Amino acid sequence: MAETKVSAAEPLPEAQAPERDEHEARSIRSALRSAEIDARLAGMLAALAIIWVVFQTITPGHTFMTPRNLWNLSVQTSVVAIMATGMVLIIVTRNIDLSVGAVMAAVGMVMAVVQHDWLPEWLGFDHPLTWVVAVIVGLVLGAAIGAFQGAIVAYVGVPAFIVTLGGYLVWRGVAWWIASGQTIAPMDTLFRRLGGGAEGTIGGTWSWIVGIAACVGIVLLQVMRRRRRARYGFRLRPMWAEIVLGVVACGAVLLAIWYLNRYYLPPGLVEQRGAAPGTNISLGLAIPVLIALGVMIVMTFIANRRRFGRYVYGIGGNPEAAELAGIKTKRTIVKTFTLMGLLVGLAAAVQIARLNAAVSSLGVGMELNVIAAAVIGGTSFTGGIGTVSGAVLGALVMQSLVSGMVLMGIEAPLQDIVVGIVLVLAVTLDTIIRRRSAK
Amino acid sequence: MSWNNYNEERWAKWDEPAIKAALEAGGAEYISTDAGSSTEQQLTDIENLISQGADALIVLAQDAEAVLPGVQSALEQGIPVIAYDRLIEDPGALYITFDNVEVGRLQAEAVYAQVPKGNYVFIKGNAADANSDFLRGGQEEVLADAIASGDIVNVGESYTDNWDPAVAQTNMEQFLTENNNDVQAVVASNDGMAGGVVAALEAQGLAGQVAVSGQDGDLAALNRVALGTQTVSVWKDARELGTAAGEAAVALAQGTALADIAGVVQFDSPGGNSMTSILLTPIAITPDNLDVVVDAGWISQEELCQGVKPGTVAACG
Repeated sequence: MAETKVSAAEPLPEAQAPERDEHEARSIRSALRSAEIDARLAGMLAALAIIWVVFQTITPGHTFMTPRNLWNLSVQTSVVAIMATGMVLIIVTRNIDLSVGAVMAAVGMVMAVVQHDWLPEWLGFDHPLTWVVAVIVGLVLGAAIGAFQGAIVAYVGVPAFIVTLGGYLVWRGVAWWIASGQTIAPMDTLFRRLGGGAEGTIGGTWSWIVGIAACVGIVLLQVMRRRRRARYGFRLRPMWAEIVLGVVACGAVLLAIWYLNRYYLPPGLVEQRGAAPGTNISLGLAIPVLIALGVMIVMTFIANRRRFGRYVYGIGGNPEAAELAGIKTKRTIVKTFTLMGLLVGLAAAVQIARLNAAVSSLGVGMELNVIAAAVIGGTSFTGGIGTVSGAVLGALVMQSLVSGMVLMGIEAPLQDIVVGIVLVLAVTLDTIIRRRSAK
Repeated sequence: MSWNNYNEERWAKWDEPAIKAALEAGGAEYISTDAGSSTEQQLTDIENLISQGADALIVLAQDAEAVLPGVQSALEQGIPVIAYDRLIEDPGALYITFDNVEVGRLQAEAVYAQVPKGNYVFIKGNAADANSDFLRGGQEEVLADAIASGDIVNVGESYTDNWDPAVAQTNMEQFLTENNNDVQAVVASNDGMAGGVVAALEAQGLAGQVAVSGQDGDLAALNRVALGTQTVSVWKDARELGTAAGEAAVALAQGTALADIAGVVQFDSPGGNSMTSILLTPIAITPDNLDVVVDAGWISQEELCQGVKPGTVAACG
């Protein structure tokens, strides 16, 4: 088996992760380098911070960095972020998926029909199983569509651009045809929680528990990683860097939880819940945000620590060499598209739950947002380069720009102009930096 | 009748039967073609209809400009042409459509009746679509005085890419954040976007307290009107359009002059033509007249009243 051949070469040092170009660092970055911090990721975080501070300063009423707006922002980013994590792997293997918006519409319509028309006939309205069945149907359907398109790309050899351009037309048409263009609403009550909203959150206490668990996880990961590297005799981070990193990461997580927990349930809903008027009830993290974060963690794990992930980067770096090395490139490509489809199904569930309706125009233009998020996040069209967390940050950067501009009352056409310029600018900077460091 | 693309549910279900009925009542015969969304095919279709001996043409144009050669050749042969629902840029044709400016007026009137004083948000359609501005123009006509006097404050206004409900929802969330929920009315230009607005309001516990407009008579929107979370859906009865076109076709074929058709007005088109037009008045559907859409067979009572508490709306009992 070809797969066992490669697995025999394990473990590969993590420092080989493609985005970490050892030649990249210059004088300013020497400290960063010794701490092994991803310079690109740090740069993006800095850019995001600048965008937020600028918007906070110039929005009327300085509403941008209020807990409420950041909470909104987290929910608004989720859908694109979920899909962007899959798009990274597609682009890394030198493919593209233009069909994600249309597939989202088709899968969304099916999920809506299942919970709005089919299941109530069997189970009655708002049965506790309805949402589970609807989500499973959506995930399976999304994955099946992805696998089908991926198989045409990998085994028949039709370029992904063409296959998914076809899909872009086909699935949009299918979405219309499922309900003759009618809007399907409302969604199942429990299903709606997937979309956030006042009921779709985990509350203040659970948010703290999630935050503390994340902290413990961060520290455990650091310890495990250090031990593993010591065992194989790899270079270790200086202890000071390890501690600083741990404290900063943990602090950032807890600060974010504390800040978001200051967004309270709107007064109108406090009374509906039977609490005394004026009580501050923290909404806590929204379920779609937890889904997106969970997806990000799982996808990062798959990309960095699983054989499949290494194959993906291997194929992207050099398809011929990967093939000759015994990697089953075709099967891997099909898997990336299947995974993409699965994530599109998940994103569709979040989107229709949030909208409380499925419309055949669901996700129009979404493919471009998803691709842009991946690209702003440092994914390269030349293949082999890109990170999951970068793509999620890219999605956050784009949504921050749009949300901030809406707060400022900037009209949609001008918003598009700004986002377009930022997209090209981000990639230009990236290209220049990469070219310099290659010298 | 030359359809540009018959493959839309609406045409077969609502428009065509009404046209046929009106023609038969006038003693005329109905022949039709379908261009399948192709401008070239539509030109061929029009030639064919003429050679089959059509005495009047009803054209649902794929493109207001590209269809002109066919329309002009028909007019030269003395065959009257009716531009059905979509504009044809030729002053020799009779333009029959619903009045989009009136839709905007009705939306604003219904919202204004409920909220004569307060903060308004405007969720407009796609920036590239002329209808978005027709609608906004009608809304402005109704509200201009109240805005000038300060009773109504415009606290947020945005176009919506592709009329996308999800974009409308995000924009609404931002307007609510910006105004700290101090919004009393939302003039949304269609029902899909109204759905996004209501979802954003629900998340703040404001659904039902804030007036929201829409248009199209979407089934989900009519349900919201019954539930009280949407104030109005302006409904265009497609059968009315079909009947008007059928009756006008019979009259024109009998030699009535354009200007003598009942109910015509002059309409200045974006292309700079003064079109002889019949502009039909849409109906504002509010909780008080929901029986209209049920009686018309547009929506079943069951669908309309899903989740509605008994005794709150007359149409739901």
